[in-house]
Amino acid sequence: MADGWQRLHPLSPILRGWRVLLLLVAAFGQQSFQQSGELDPLYIGLGVLASTAVAVLLGFVAWHRTRYRLTATELQIDSGVLQRRSRRVPLARLQAVDVVRPVVARVLGLAELRLEVVGGGRTEAPLAYLTEDDAQALRTRLLASVAGRTEEQPEAAHEAVLVTVPTGTLVASVVLGPLLVASAVMFLLLIGAAAVEPAAALPLAAAALPAYAGVVTFAGRRALQEYGFTVSESTDGLRLRHGLLDTRSQTIPDGRVQAVRVLEPLFWRPFGWVRVEIDVAGYGGGRGEQQSATKALLPVAPRALAEALVGRVLGGGLPVASAPVPARARWRAPLSRRKLKAGLDDRHLVTTHGVLTTTTDVVPLAKVQSLRMTSGPWQQRLGLATLHADTAGRRLPGGKAHHRDADEARLLLAELADRTRLARQGA
Amino acid sequence: MTDLLDGEWRRPARALLTIRRVEVVVFLALPFLVAAVALSVVSGVTEAIAVAVAGLVTTGLSLVGVERRWQAWGYAERQEDLLVRRGVLVRRTSVVPYGRMQYVDVTAGPLDRRLGLARVTLHTAAAASDASIPGLPAEEATRLRDRLAALGEARAAGL
Repeated sequence: MADGWQRLHPLSPILRGWRVLLLLVAAFGQQSFQQSGELDPLYIGLGVLASTAVAVLLGFVAWHRTRYRLTATELQIDSGVLQRRSRRVPLARLQAVDVVRPVVARVLGLAELRLEVVGGGRTEAPLAYLTEDDAQALRTRLLASVAGRTEEQPEAAHEAVLVTVPTGTLVASVVLGPLLVASAVMFLLLIGAAAVEPAAALPLAAAALPAYAGVVTFAGRRALQEYGFTVSESTDGLRLRHGLLDTRSQTIPDGRVQAVRVLEPLFWRPFGWVRVEIDVAGYGGGRGEQQSATKALLPVAPRALAEALVGRVLGGGLPVASAPVPARARWRAPLSRRKLKAGLDDRHLVTTHGVLTTTTDVVPLAKVQSLRMTSGPWQQRLGLATLHADTAGRRLPGGKAHHRDADEARLLLAELADRTRLARQGA
Repeated sequence: MTDLLDGEWRRPARALLTIRRVEVVVFLALPFLVAAVALSVVSGVTEAIAVAVAGLVTTGLSLVGVERRWQAWGYAERQEDLLVRRGVLVRRTSVVPYGRMQYVDVTAGPLDRRLGLARVTLHTAAAASDASIPGLPAEEATRLRDRLAALGEARAAGL
């Protein structure tokens, strides 16, 4: 097409609609099965054919009307059959670029390009589908524009692998997580029930099965998603590749990370493993598909390695969360009191909490959107207050210093207000 | 270091308290009254009196609560950020830097409009930010909105 406009791959409508088509065929099939006496199978076959034809036609028209173009400052996407839409995405606003390859698309050598921008409920500019080469090339050009490189044909960014997660470690870590807890609970429940009332064991097992199946599904999905997790650093920013069936390659330009969370589940402690999650503005606004995307920066790794990576991502050393909460906080948080710590320097706020899973949240002060101090009735009685540092990310809650001494919290709030301002101006 | 909460705090108008009191009377005292009257007709005087007493107590407590909540509201415009505090049971203080503001809303319900009041709400890119000031006289609300918008533009910072 003229003026640099391009179309998606011609197979896109089929790839996007094959599930619907399958459903349609199944529905008609069931109808014919139930009403076989009343309706001629020929009509049903014709019905399926006709609706398939209409669907294919609509899909084709939609594909024909969808075009995209990259200019120096923005990505332009026109789409829509009845309701036309013309979207302009300013490249300066780009938060992250993902190349997603669902398993069916991989077979056909296709990929989806997702641009994450802030605002709106979901990924605002998905380009589904392009050939893998086109997707790579477009991503390279997009990221080059973001980074301010303006060559006509930018070379592929240099990329250095930082960490690769071994499959064995990943599987072990998934098994040692909620799966183990759920299995143990299930086992104890059954043993207990069998000991007390043997007849009740089976119905109990049947009742607990759906919840257990949910945990197993969650663990399985996580293992599939985070299989072969590779973290590398390129001139474009951080690149994360992962996935066994559906693969995803995320690119996060420098300075886009809103918050980092380090998790250490109970059963990982003997191995010294931690999990690192990050939040980027734009990710995870919507439901469904978005939730399936992992938050991980590193699904499992030794602590030293993880900390080195976090330092690298956030640029420089982090303060240690060392300031404890007053002893009277045990009346409000008896189990986690010893875990509640906070640390602050010129650039980051670090807070920890969690009973079974020790959780450390790091928020770059330059990313803080607003600060809050809250104190519930019980906290007021004890002279405690909780500090919150809110960021634009939606997948992690930002920084939260629980149950600080009320006077200290007020000073800390003033201090944070000053330091976030300085960090913002310096950024 | 100066204490944040020592600054110069402004308060919502007294008319806001009037609105809250009216709401208590309409939505709490009135239903109790109706119930008491209905009971006195249908079943007996004892039940009616019991309901009336319960109504009086809850209304009285609510009136006190409403007043204390009104007293707890406050906001302070500092050099670089807006402070908002509120709440009795759960006390909250928010600090929203002007540069982080995405947009400002001024809203007014039917009762608010009647008494010339409006609510100013600040929105940032963080979903958890909750700076909102009710019960401002209309001209103060407009002034605050314009000032916030101007300051926001002057100090705007990227995400």
